Amino acid sequence: MKGQLGMAGLGLAALLSMGSAASAQDADKLVINGDLEMTTRAPAPEGLPFEEVISGWHFREDETQALETDDFDNPGMLMVERGQDLWNEVQGAAGKSCASCHGEAAESMKGVGAKTPFWSAEAKRPVNLELQINQCRTERMQAEPYKFDDPDQIAMVSFVRFQSRGMPVKLDLDQGDMKAWWERGKELYYTRFGQLDFSCASCHEQNAGKYLRADYLSQGQINGFPTYRLKDATLISTHNRFKGCVRDTRAEPFQPLSDEFMALEVYVAWRGTGLAVETPAVRH
Amino acid sequence: MRGLVAAAGAVALVMASVAAAAAVTAPEEVKVEDMTVAASLTGQPGDPAKGRSVFSSRSLGNCLACHANADLANELFQGDVGPDLTDVGGRYEPGQLRAIVVDSKQVFGEQTVMPAFYHAITDQRVRKDLAGKPILTAEQVEDLVAYLVTLKGK
Ligand code: HEC
Ligand code: HEC
Ligand code: HEC
Repeated sequence: MKGQLGMAGLGLAALLSMGSAASAQDADKLVINGDLEMTTRAPAPEGLPFEEVISGWHFREDETQALETDDFDNPGMLMVERGQDLWNEVQGAAGKSCASCHGEAAESMKGVGAKTPFWSAEAKRPVNLELQINQCRTERMQAEPYKFDDPDQIAMVSFVRFQSRGMPVKLDLDQGDMKAWWERGKELYYTRFGQLDFSCASCHEQNAGKYLRADYLSQGQINGFPTYRLKDATLISTHNRFKGCVRDTRAEPFQPLSDEFMALEVYVAWRGTGLAVETPAVRH
Repeated sequence: MRGLVAAAGAVALVMASVAAAAAVTAPEEVKVEDMTVAASLTGQPGDPAKGRSVFSSRSLGNCLACHANADLANELFQGDVGPDLTDVGGRYEPGQLRAIVVDSKQVFGEQTVMPAFYHAITDQRVRKDLAGKPILTAEQVEDLVAYLVTLKGK
């Protein structure tokens, strides 16, 4: 498996130097609730230096992996359930709930989380679920937009994306100006930031499958977002994760939902083409 | 009289501080030649014991993030992004080790992921309080070099 990433040998060195270090990106299979088989490895889209794109799930320890295989054990499911309640709740001056217009989320929202971010004709830009949901709230419900990372926002985004769990990530780059946003995102992905002078690629492309001190580096995929992080004991949004990674280079991060992070999200989502949506994934 | 003495004292003080400042080579003045920086950045030899803690400290060198080092076997987590440095002191001259720490990019090429530790960055959104400041001070670089030289394998 490692050989395919061109990193044969190094993983072994790490195991030797780390004694009982847990999982290398393993050959386990992710099956949820005993019957939902998840695609956690897929042929890389053309233009990536990998043969395979690999879910972050493979890079985590067995105990962390196990939490995602059963919805009763997955601590992220609580927020998904909260999202379900909010879906049916009337909010705003128009007296509507999400369900008033969208009915059963299991039908109307199926697939939406797999194509995210997508082009919004209304906003003339790519939107992710945070932006789309706020658009519905302000334009159609006359409700306040969610503040970024408000627990209700995370719950609603998780609930909507959960409706696509198991479906392969596939963006439509032919819509609107998606290609230009993708280009901008790609440029950002390879730009070095901060005093430590790292790009996203320094860690997640050049060194995926290696140890950065205690951290076993994955490809930095976002197919599982919002993702439950055991370290934070809560679900973390995509842009919050981006912010943390940029901050770790000792740079000033971009604002969540800024054009820069939206462009980056378009590009990073594309890098995970073919991986199953895992929301809510569990990571350490 | 008193005025004169005071003035003379002040001049001496200024000259002393100029001398002290001149002894430390600023990041932009360091020249890497033949992949080597021959002279100490402080004009003084470093302290290997201090260098050992610069090596492992997460807020300073954090070299263990990317390199294993058997001399620090008590540190459980050691990265493998770069080569094992357990015997690096036997493989490079002190001046070469100094050049690698000062500006890895001038030794390994632009594409290396190893940060340049004595090189001031002002753009690329560097955190405001760190703009224009190298990751390590000249003294810390010298302490590190003094330590790396002692790594002869285990
Ligand atoms: C008054 C009706 C209305 C309400 C209420 C409403 N929406 Fe929408 N929503 C729409 C319409 C119309 C669209 C299609 C917009 C478009 O195509 O640009 C849409 C689009 C969406 C999409 C994108 C779907 C896709 O296929 O691309 C999502 C996600 C969404 N809404 C979520 C929500 C959520 C969550 C709520 C509750 C917080 C909500 N909406 C409330 C009317 C509504
Ligand atoms: C200094 C190394 C480093 C850099 C640079 C870095 N990251 Fe990360 N990133 C990590 C570590 C460590 C983790 C946690 C372990 C893992 O999944 O790799 C992580 C995790 C992630 C995850 C979560 C993966 C998952 O499966 O949940 C995403 C997404 C991510 N990074 C995106 C980015 C993006 C986008 C950039 C560039 C803006 C970036 N990272 C830059 C070190 C880095
Ligand atoms: C982000 C990862 C990273 C960090 C942090 C890092 N290095 Fe490196 N280092 C590398 C890589 C990668 C190489 C191999 C050169 C290359 O191909 O880029 C290297 C090479 C070296 C070498 C040459 C080793 C050999 O066998 O040729 C020395 C010496 C060295 N580093 C010292 C240090 C010291 C001292 C520190 C801490 C101040 C440090 N490094 C921090 C990544 C790193």
